[in-house]
Amino acid sequence: MVSITQSSVALPLHSGASATVRIEPPHGWLQLRLDEVWAYRELLYFFVWRDVKVRYKQTVVGIAWVVLQPLMTMGVFTLFFGRLAKLPSDGLPYPVFYFSALVPWAYFSTALQSCTSVVVDNQRVITKVYFPRLVLPLSAVVSGLVDFAIGFVVLLVVTSIYGIKPTPAALWLPVLLLLAVLTALGVGLWMSALNALYRDVRYVMPFLVQFWMFASPVAYPSSLVPQRWRWLYGLNPMAGVIDGFRWALTGHGIAPGPLMLASAAAVMVVLLGGLFFFQRMEGTVADRV
Amino acid sequence: MSTVVIHGEGLGKRYHRGAIQQSTLLRDHLARALKSPLSLFRRPKDETFWALEEVSLEVREGEVLGLIGRNGAGKTTLLKILSRITKPTTGWAEIRGRVGSLLEVGTGFHPELTGRENTFLSGAILGMSKREIERKFDEIVAFAELEKFIDTPVKHYSSGMYVRLAFAVAAHLEPEILLVDEVLAVGDINFQKKCLGKMGDVARAGRTIVLVSHQLNQIRRLCHRVAWIDAASVRQVGNTHEVVSAYEAAMARGERNGHQPERGPAPKARFVRWEIAGPSGEEPHILKTLDTVTLKFTVDIRQPIKAGHYGVALRNHEQQVVWAWETRPLPLDVGERQLCHTFPMLPLRPGLYTWLVALYERGEAIDVWDCLPEMMVATEIFQHPQDQWSGILNIPVSFEIDGR
Repeated sequence: MVSITQSSVALPLHSGASATVRIEPPHGWLQLRLDEVWAYRELLYFFVWRDVKVRYKQTVVGIAWVVLQPLMTMGVFTLFFGRLAKLPSDGLPYPVFYFSALVPWAYFSTALQSCTSVVVDNQRVITKVYFPRLVLPLSAVVSGLVDFAIGFVVLLVVTSIYGIKPTPAALWLPVLLLLAVLTALGVGLWMSALNALYRDVRYVMPFLVQFWMFASPVAYPSSLVPQRWRWLYGLNPMAGVIDGFRWALTGHGIAPGPLMLASAAAVMVVLLGGLFFFQRMEGTVADRV
Repeated sequence: MSTVVIHGEGLGKRYHRGAIQQSTLLRDHLARALKSPLSLFRRPKDETFWALEEVSLEVREGEVLGLIGRNGAGKTTLLKILSRITKPTTGWAEIRGRVGSLLEVGTGFHPELTGRENTFLSGAILGMSKREIERKFDEIVAFAELEKFIDTPVKHYSSGMYVRLAFAVAAHLEPEILLVDEVLAVGDINFQKKCLGKMGDVARAGRTIVLVSHQLNQIRRLCHRVAWIDAASVRQVGNTHEVVSAYEAAMARGERNGHQPERGPAPKARFVRWEIAGPSGEEPHILKTLDTVTLKFTVDIRQPIKAGHYGVALRNHEQQVVWAWETRPLPLDVGERQLCHTFPMLPLRPGLYTWLVALYERGEAIDVWDCLPEMMVATEIFQHPQDQWSGILNIPVSFEIDGR
């Protein structure tokens, strides 16, 4: 005999226990059903698997594309920002300086953009079957990690070509990556919920992403930012992530400092707000998309 | 006495007509705000309507409940609430057990992925675990009869193959409660029968099923109990034969539901029924062939008509007129007259259609009838498998390259 428990949480078909689910009109803001998302983790895996498969199937060059894209951007940056504009690079060779920033940045910008459109892109499924909608933005930020992993291997190759050896500071990398993931998810949750309400949010995104890139030390070192504006600059979590990546891999540049704690706290606020906002929208999304 | 596994009390769903028609572009809202800044604080005029109102129901373990009613009566809305796709505006429901819902064939299929990959993806979206799909995989492929093509991307499948695979995945779901919407309306008739058989097995295995269907024979065969949903609420619920017969009688009377104006008294003439007269099949309102079709409309003429204009139109479920035609003035004698049309073929995309017939004399309507029941088209499919490319016509086509 299966035990029967009452909860507001629906479980996927394959989960063992049978539960009673109560269906009610939406009420209140303060409901986070993260346990339900956990119960659907296998679906999360399948969405990620689909994204990755489809992405590499559709392009002829396949995985090579993931490598080529940041490499070409690196070439462009090295040529224009480095050789022509002669921006400083914290004493690093230009290719290393740019590539170590472009790998985390490419992850962040793709994750944020696919997170924004993920609800609208999956509207067919959303209107036909139930699952916690939060699985969708989660899958968007997770599937970007595959590209990141490939880019990261190339990054290691580039640094070793320039004779840079990893130091214990590299232990910071997972923390920095996590901060990038949470930032993309936090902002992405707001954006995907807004995008479901207003379709023109996607037109704003390229501008937002570009603006954000110039507000982060991708194309220039953050030592260029005047001292009195540093605190404001440091609130941008991606500034900390990118400076941190460079520092953790090469030992040059700015190490993560107390400002990063502040930006991490800001990310948590955005993320938590995003979770509530997204779940608020979740109840009516099938009627809207 | 078995336990109640679905219990709903006062379920209602209100839609904002405004919200649906209103622009989803922020740009338009901003433009409105710029034109009259105060309007932002004023709520836009909300036109609301109830897609479902005060519906209460109980389904017991192992029971197969059928939901019947006209298009737009609220059956699908009820199913969407029970499957948690959308939340109710009022009321509550409690569901005991794991719910699987089939509101569409091929939920989650991706054209770029192979049949094998789609089986896993769609299975997972419908609620199966990876291990469960692995276990049933061979059975699913055999059921779909697609052993040779399982590693081909589904974009290269014919729509028949696509539907078969999608069904096969769905048919192997094993929830405790299964919610099914009209999905059996597509696909060729033999495969439909196979799926119906599979579903019968599921029902006999003691699972609870709530089934929406327009095919009354199917409902008769499968359901223990039937609820007739009419104009957003339950009109009658009970024994299958009683409710289906009552529904059929109402359809035959040409009764209107709340959304349509009543027919006038029509003393001179009245349309009484319609049917697919040829080829003679078992079900007179389901079109299963792409060959010659004869339609018969019966009109009861009570007073002689000297110069009647007879018009006929076919509308799809989106109320688009697909085809229409009119006679020249013709005399009609008293009595039941059979108006027959023979079409070399009716190449329509599978789904529900309504015939509209009208009789006029000197510009004045004698009778106008939205024929009931609707016509269900369940023919073989010759269309692109993806919704956005499937179009409205369903025409068999031959194809060759360089004359080979």
